[in-house]
Parts: sequence; structure tokens; C-alpha cells
Amino acid sequence: MIRPLSPTDVARRVARDIPDGSYVNLGIGLPTLVADVVGPDKEIVYHSENGILGMGPAPTPGEEDPELINAGKQPVTLLPGGSFFHHTDAFVMMRGGHLDVSVLGAFQVSETGDLANWATDEAALPPAVGGAMDLAVGAKRVLVVTTHTTRDGRPKLLAHCTYPLTAAAVVDRVYTDLAVLDVGPEGFVVREVAPGVTPDALQAVTGARLTFPSDLAVVPPG
Amino acid sequence: MIDKRVATLAEAVADVADGATVLVGGFGNSGVPVELVHALLEQGARDLTVVTNNAGSGETDIAALIRERRVRRIICSYPRSAGSVWFEQFWRAGEIELELVPQGTLSERMRAAGAGLGGFFTPTGADSLLAEGKEVRVLDGRRQVFERPLPADVALIKAHRADRWGNLVYRTAARNFGPTMATAAALTVVQVREFVELGELDPEAVVTPGIFVDRVVEVAP
Repeated sequence: MIRPLSPTDVARRVARDIPDGSYVNLGIGLPTLVADVVGPDKEIVYHSENGILGMGPAPTPGEEDPELINAGKQPVTLLPGGSFFHHTDAFVMMRGGHLDVSVLGAFQVSETGDLANWATDEAALPPAVGGAMDLAVGAKRVLVVTTHTTRDGRPKLLAHCTYPLTAAAVVDRVYTDLAVLDVGPEGFVVREVAPGVTPDALQAVTGARLTFPSDLAVVPPG
Repeated sequence: MIDKRVATLAEAVADVADGATVLVGGFGNSGVPVELVHALLEQGARDLTVVTNNAGSGETDIAALIRERRVRRIICSYPRSAGSVWFEQFWRAGEIELELVPQGTLSERMRAAGAGLGGFFTPTGADSLLAEGKEVRVLDGRRQVFERPLPADVALIKAHRADRWGNLVYRTAARNFGPTMATAAALTVVQVREFVELGELDPEAVVTPGIFVDRVVEVAP
């Protein structure tokens, strides 16, 4: 029986791939869960596009500072050693290749590492991009966290993205509720699968050809 | 003698012309010069191009400028915030122009204007719809799009403290676009919580040197 990973399980799996001492930007949504599950054995410096390094968790109720917010406009705190800087410097860190890891959500990822995470084909809402394109091109490693399929079961990992691209050939690794996949010259290579997921079952919900190496593993618990 | 302090918000924005391009600081609700924007609303300038990260929310500041039909065009990265109903309504009706710019490109275009550069190439957005109509080149093996500087007539920003020379310090993440916008406008107007005496700001900690600032007005918190 297939046992998909919970969002927290996926976050834990991502956290294992983030080395101690990394400078990391976590995108809005699923990626933010990663900060909650990184163990105390690692010192990770979180970056926020609005000018924060060393961003800490949400403040205790009543301690919110309305000016000290994260990219999702939620109140946050600053850890000892943290710093504030202006927007251009915040994006120099992103665009100039200074961040070690960027963890992003996605609508679609292609087998060549193209990322679509800023716009769908929905025309009723005004377009909005924020820092998505800056984050996608600048970090040393771009990790994507997403459900394997859309709510109505359509694949999000495709041969080619059908939604407007955020950036081409930028994604290094994808973490879904069903698998961990690397993006390489030969397309998606499945590294790990959720408990009970067979190669056939995974291929059936994926819109691109998957490669399964002989050392395919099951995502380890916790 | 240099004294950039002005007594009232009205005086601070008195000469903003119709048709002006106005940079407005802030990210979400952090660092928005709300009182200066309200003074601009009161002053009556119209046909404005507003450059700001978000498109306002609720009924205050930028949302109010839009609601009162003062904004012809908005240049921003993320106009779809919770409560940005006035922007959405005008956008749907085709009554406001939107130029969507990736956030880092928005900031860097203003930096280029402030630094006297003719523009820059960046990989950000080069493979996206936002590169349409712009020059794209492969540089160092990477597709990069040419982005033009974004200068303005006026910048309205918020800082924490200022002295009479216009030296500024900011507070936490409210700094955001302020220091870059201050360099990019012909007229930079700043609201601060507190004036301090010349010499009171630690010169090692001044974030925006007064050369970039034209007027400061005190708005007590």
C-alpha cells in the first residue's frame, strides 16, 4: 500500500539535505515547514528577501513587531547574529549566487529543470511575481518541494512545463509526497520513493520519463 | 546652513506635479510612508506612475491613491496581496496600467538609476514572459535580459531617525526599498519618527547619507 509522505515528512527529508552552516531562503508555503524540522545540531542562517539574515521563528503572541515581517508578510523574529539590510543587498545575495540553498514551491517542473511557480493560466487575477524569478536563478542549489500531482490528480513533473516559466534549467532536486528526484542530463532520476511506491505507480502519475537507478531507496523515516 | 527638515507633511509634497513618477517605499505594510502618501492624496497630483513593491491593501495609502483615480500606471512586483481590492478592481476594468517586474530587478533598476548606469543584463526573468520585447543575450553561457534604469521624479520613503542634513537610520525590516529609492529620485522626501541633533547619529551606522535626501518631516508614532 502506498503511504505518501506528509508535508512535515517531506520537510524533514529536505532538511537532511541542507548542510550545517548554510545560508538558506525558504519560499512561501510548503518550504517554510523546513525551518520547523531542522535539528538543533545544525546552524542554518535563514534569509528573507525583504532584508533579513538570521531570521528566527514567529514571535510569541503579543510580541509581534509590525515592521519585522518575512516575505509572506508574517511577523518573525531576529536571532542573535542576525542583520538587517536594504532590498538591493537582499537581492544581491539572491541574484549574485551567495545563497547556498533556495527551497521553492512549484506548479510544474520539467525534466530539464525548468520551473513554473509564478503564474498559471488563470487570467482572472492580476499577475504577480515577487522574488520568485530572482530566487530561481541565483542560489547555488535550487530545491523544489511540491505535491507529486495537482489536487485533481494531474502530474506536476512533466516533459515540458505548460504554465509560464519562472526560469529554465534551474531545478536541482525535487521532493514530493511520493519521491525524491534529481534533475540531470538524462531527465528525472528517482533517488528515493515513499513507502509502498513502485516504479510503475510513480511513472503512472508523472508526465515525464523516469529513470530508476539500481540503488533506489525508500525515504527513511523522520 | 543645511536644513532639510520641513514642518508639515503638506509642505513636504507640495510641488509633486501631475504625471510624476513616484517611488513609494515599503514591503507589505512594513516601511510604507503612509502619512506622506496621504499628504500626496490631499495635495491632489494625478496621472501618477507609482513604483512600489505591492499595490496597496485596504483603504489606506497606495490603495487610497488608486481608489481616488490618481494612479495611471503602477510598476511593481507583487500586486496581488490580500486586500488589494482597489488595484484588482481597476486592473480588471482596464483603468490602471500594470508593469510587472521581478522584485530584484525592480530594486536593481532603481539602483541603476541612482548609480548613473545605462541598464544591466540579468538572468532573472530572461526565460519568462517578462522578457518579451526586451533584448536577450547569452553572456557567460547564460541567457540574460537587458533591463533599463528606473529613475523617478519623487521618492516617498519612511525611516526611523534623521538629522537636519538628512542622514537616515531605519528600523528592522522597514528599511527595505528606502535606501535604493532615495538614490533614484530627483526629489527624495522622507518621513521619520524622530529628528535628532546633528552628530547624534553614529556615523558608522548611518544607512542613507544626507546627499540622497531632500526633505525630512517628522511623524510621531
